[in-house]
Amino acid sequence: MKITVCIGSSCHIKGSRQVVEQLQSLIAEHGLKEEIDLAGTFCMGKCQSGVNVTVDGECFSVTPESTHTFFSETVLPRLK
Amino acid sequence: MRKFDTKVQHLKYKVLLHVARHAWEGNLMEHLLDIPKEIIPGKTPSMRCCVYKERGILSERVKLACGGDKHNPNIIEVLDIACDDCPAGGYTVTDTCRGCLAHRCEDVCPKNAITFDEHQKAHIDKSKCVNCGKCASVCPYAAIIDRKRPCENACKIKAISPDEDGSAKIDNERCIQCGACVYQCPFGAIADKSFIINVIDLLKRSENGKNYKVYAVVAPSISSQFRYAKLGQVITAIKKLGFYHVIEAALGADMVAYSECKELFERKFLTSSCCPAFVRYIETQFPELEGAISHNPSPMAAISEYIKSTDKTAKVVFIGPCTAKKAEFLKPSVRPYVDSVITFEELQALFDSRDFDIASFSEDVLDNASYFGRIFARSGGLSDAVAQGLKERNLDKDFELKAVRCDGIEQCRAALMKAKLSRLDGNFIEGMACVGGCINGAGCLTHGEKNRAEVDAYGREALEKTISDAVSILNIVKMEEA
Repeated sequence: MKITVCIGSSCHIKGSRQVVEQLQSLIAEHGLKEEIDLAGTFCMGKCQSGVNVTVDGECFSVTPESTHTFFSETVLPRLK
Repeated sequence: MRKFDTKVQHLKYKVLLHVARHAWEGNLMEHLLDIPKEIIPGKTPSMRCCVYKERGILSERVKLACGGDKHNPNIIEVLDIACDDCPAGGYTVTDTCRGCLAHRCEDVCPKNAITFDEHQKAHIDKSKCVNCGKCASVCPYAAIIDRKRPCENACKIKAISPDEDGSAKIDNERCIQCGACVYQCPFGAIADKSFIINVIDLLKRSENGKNYKVYAVVAPSISSQFRYAKLGQVITAIKKLGFYHVIEAALGADMVAYSECKELFERKFLTSSCCPAFVRYIETQFPELEGAISHNPSPMAAISEYIKSTDKTAKVVFIGPCTAKKAEFLKPSVRPYVDSVITFEELQALFDSRDFDIASFSEDVLDNASYFGRIFARSGGLSDAVAQGLKERNLDKDFELKAVRCDGIEQCRAALMKAKLSRLDGNFIEGMACVGGCINGAGCLTHGEKNRAEVDAYGREALEKTISDAVSILNIVKMEEA
């Protein structure tokens, strides 16, 4: 699975660093380093809805506060 | 509001503007020969002896705006017909000589080159004078001056001398492309090659990101430029040109600082590698110190490589204050990551070629780097960042940073000379070819005292306060630890 987090200026200001950090630690906690490829990209062209995160190409709007929920409700079910 | 420091810059800008307009319209080739007359219509000269010479020189400028002489490998070129063959008399006695009794000038002259006329006024025998300058230093009236050509005076590494015909000649082996002569020549007879039409071509063919995305990497010194508008409006304008996204080169500077402090810790002595003119100066004049050059890429190259790792078809254009960057991106080690380089002067021409009213634009955001990445733009910033990096990575306990901040190429030379003789009191040479740092680069629109303060203020506005936080988003901290 490939998760890409937008790290362009607009998403950065909205907290993409915190999103990346949380995803990194969640991936490590769940022992999913082999299964999930976490990457960054500059701008997905949807600055209004940032922080933008894609999971295998599908786009989601995430905030530092909603990262845990996003991980358990969106990322984990897709791995099964 | 005034956009440039000098009329020479303004003239260069007008040429770039006309070339850019035709390039956007796709009719540059048809109009190439018309541009001089578009800029100087009529029959009355305003700069030179006649309009024909003015247009003749403009034709040369058009050529430079279109990439310059393909047979000349140097980014910096002399426009020999624009060169005024300035008198270069060396030490000369001026009218200020009072015909005093002391004759200190005569006493101090090692070559007996000074004689006196019937009014006791001094004269220098040019056949004997060796330009040592001792007479000038002892004259109580400061009546003896060194008449040097502005280009030769600007070129502190002595890469410029008169050609047989009197016009300025650049020694391409010595030249470090800092652009000091470009900014200092009062006739605008030395200029940098432009890649502006390549950039327009890149943007046009991308069709607003449909075919590939073009990323603009902007140098932090942008904070002291384009003062007629807010930085956010300038970012909007860059995107309106057709760039997909704008990224701070300062984030590349954070990446460099993060790894440079580690490299310094391990190797115990380094010279910085951010300033391409300084790197080239070491390579050409101090080859024995080449091994001490940091292995880090420049911030421009570092961030561009990262961008291309996230987007395989990305094209990257660096926009900054620097003419030497134009030579850097052509190096085989940098060429894969950076597709083109333009200066702030050229960016202004691009904006105006699209008739942008930037002050009316909405404000976009630009925030990738930390304070420390941003202050790379001014002298001393790189050393501050390396000190911070050592602290953040807990490397400052067993290693004491002794930074030698070299502000301008003359200070660089002094430090490198000492390092060569193992007499340098320091373990890290921060080399900046331009006095003041990048904020005084030859490709800046304006050069001023306030620029340093503006860069620091811009640095403090950064969301990220530490280098580690700024680079953590790139996943590189984890990568290095793994």
